[in-house]
Amino acid sequence: MVLLQDLSKSYDKGNVKAVEAVSLEVPQGELFGLIGPDGAGKTTLFRMLTTLLLPDGGRATVNNLDIVKDYKAIRSQVGYMPGKFSLYQDLTVEENLNFFATLFGTTIEENYHLIKDIYQQIEPFKNRRAGKLSGGMKQKLALSCALIHKPTVLFLDEPTTGVDPVSRKEFWEMLKRLKAQGITILVSTPYMDEATLCDRIALMQGGKILAIDTPDAIVQQYPEKLYGVRAAAMQKLLLDLRAYPNTLSCFTFGEYFHLSFKDDHAGAAEDLERYLESKGHERIGIGEVTPTIEDCFIRLLKQ
Amino acid sequence: MEAVIKTDKLTKRFGDFIATNNITFEVYAGEIFGFLGANGAGKTTAMRMLTGLSTPSSGSATVAGFDVYRETERIKKNIGYMSQKFSLYEDLTVMENIRFFGGIYGLSDKAIKEKSDMLVEQLGLASEKKKLVGALPLGWKQKLSFSVAVLHDPKIVFLDEPTGGVDPLTRRQFWDLIYAATSRGVTVFVTTHYMDEAEYCNRISIMVDGSIKALDTPYNLKREFGVGSMDEVFYKLAREARRSAD
Repeated sequence: MVLLQDLSKSYDKGNVKAVEAVSLEVPQGELFGLIGPDGAGKTTLFRMLTTLLLPDGGRATVNNLDIVKDYKAIRSQVGYMPGKFSLYQDLTVEENLNFFATLFGTTIEENYHLIKDIYQQIEPFKNRRAGKLSGGMKQKLALSCALIHKPTVLFLDEPTTGVDPVSRKEFWEMLKRLKAQGITILVSTPYMDEATLCDRIALMQGGKILAIDTPDAIVQQYPEKLYGVRAAAMQKLLLDLRAYPNTLSCFTFGEYFHLSFKDDHAGAAEDLERYLESKGHERIGIGEVTPTIEDCFIRLLKQ
Repeated sequence: MEAVIKTDKLTKRFGDFIATNNITFEVYAGEIFGFLGANGAGKTTAMRMLTGLSTPSSGSATVAGFDVYRETERIKKNIGYMSQKFSLYEDLTVMENIRFFGGIYGLSDKAIKEKSDMLVEQLGLASEKKKLVGALPLGWKQKLSFSVAVLHDPKIVFLDEPTGGVDPLTRRQFWDLIYAATSRGVTVFVTTHYMDEAEYCNRISIMVDGSIKALDTPYNLKREFGVGSMDEVFYKLAREARRSAD
C-alpha cells in the first residue's frame, strides 16, 4: 500500500514546483495509473516514493514505511523501472539479471516463476550485451530486473513511451498478469488510451492532480454532452465549427471533431446541421459520443 | 496531382540486414502523409534517405524534384525537418534561435525580422521571446521547433514523432499548426505513435519489416480491414512483424 499526504518537491530554489501537495492512496494489489504529459511531475513523484529523492514537504509511506526514515527497508520491498534505460549496457542480459538478484540477496532460480513470462521472451539472447538489445527487449529486461527480488510494490515510470502500439498492448498484458499475483503497481504514462487499463488513475499536470478516480467515474463526471462531427472537408469544418456562436469547445479527435454546445437545447444538433449546410458542407455527420479520458483531460486543462 | 516525393524500389541494406526493402510510393503536393510502422520497421532509415542524410543501396527517389543520390544539398534547402529529439539551441533565446535558423536557410535580415515577428505573434510567445528556449515547457518547444522547421517555406516538412510526450491539448494545437502550414501549400510527411493522429492525415502508409504493407486514406484502410479504428488496422498489420520490435 502506498499513501501520500501533501507530498511536495521543488527545484531551482523553489522556483520550479515539480510536485505540489499531492495526496493519494493506493491500496494493496491495485493497478494505479499516473497519467500526464512530460513535465507533469510523474518522475519526481516516483523518485520520492522509491527513496531516491527527498521531499520538501508532506509525507508518504510505502507498505507503512516512511519514505525518509525507513528508506533502506523500502528499497528491498519495491521494484523500480526508471523511464530512462538504466541497466549496465556492457553486461549481458543474464549478467544484469544476476547482478540485481545478488544485490538483493536472492538468485534467479528462486524467483524465476515471477519473471518467467517476460524473461522467456529474451532468454534466447541471454549472452547478448544489454546495450545491443532492441528497445522492446531492453524494456523486458528492465522489468525482469525490477521484479527479480520479488517486490510487493512496483513503480514503472513511462514503460511504454516511444513504444509502438503492438508492443504497448503486450506490455499491458504482462502488467495484468503481475497484478493477478498480488503485486501493487504504480505506472505512469503520457498515453491517455492506457488509462482505461488501470483500476484507478490520477490525471496530473504541472505538479498537481487534476482528478483521481476510476476511469469510468472520471468519464461519467464529464459535465456536457459531447458530439462527434464530421464532413467531407474536415479542415474547413474545423474553422466553421469554431466560428459557430453556440460552440463551447471543439477539437480534433481521430476521424471526428468533438464538440460541445454552450446551450444544449433540444434541436441544438439540428441547428448546427443547418448552419453547416448553409456553409456548403457535404456528407455531414453529427452524433452523440461517449467522452474518453482524453476528452476529460483536455477539459480539465482548459479550466 | 503533382508528386513532391516519388520513390521507386528504394532500398537500404546494412550488411545482410535490409532495413528498407523496395519501397515505392508517392506523396502529393499539399497533402498530410502519415508514415507509420512499428519500432524497427525501417521508418527512420527511409526518412534519412528522403532527407538526403543517407545514400540508398538501390532504387530511386526524388524529393521536391531532386535526386536522393546526386542532389542531397538541394534537397536539404527545400525541406524542413523536425525530429522527436528537441534540436533548437536551449541556451539561445526564442528570437536568437529563429534568427539563427533563418540565417542558416539563407533568409534576408528583412525576411527574418518579418517572419519572426509573425511567428512569435502566432504562437502567442510575445512575452517569452527573450527567454532562453531551455526554460520553455515542452509543448512550447515543440511548437517552436515546428515553426522554425517551416520558417523558410519549404516544399515539404518531415516530422519525426513531433508530439511524443506532449499533453493532449498542446498536441491538438500542434495539429492546428500543421493544418495552417498545409493551407499555405506545405506538404507534410509525419510519423507518429498516436493512432488518433493517423486519422488527421490525408493518406497513410504502414511499414512492416522494411516494406510498405498498406497505403491509402484512413477511411479506405479501415474499410479494407473491416475495422472501426486505425489502431486496429495497425495492430492487424504490425503483429505479423517478424523483426524484433525496437
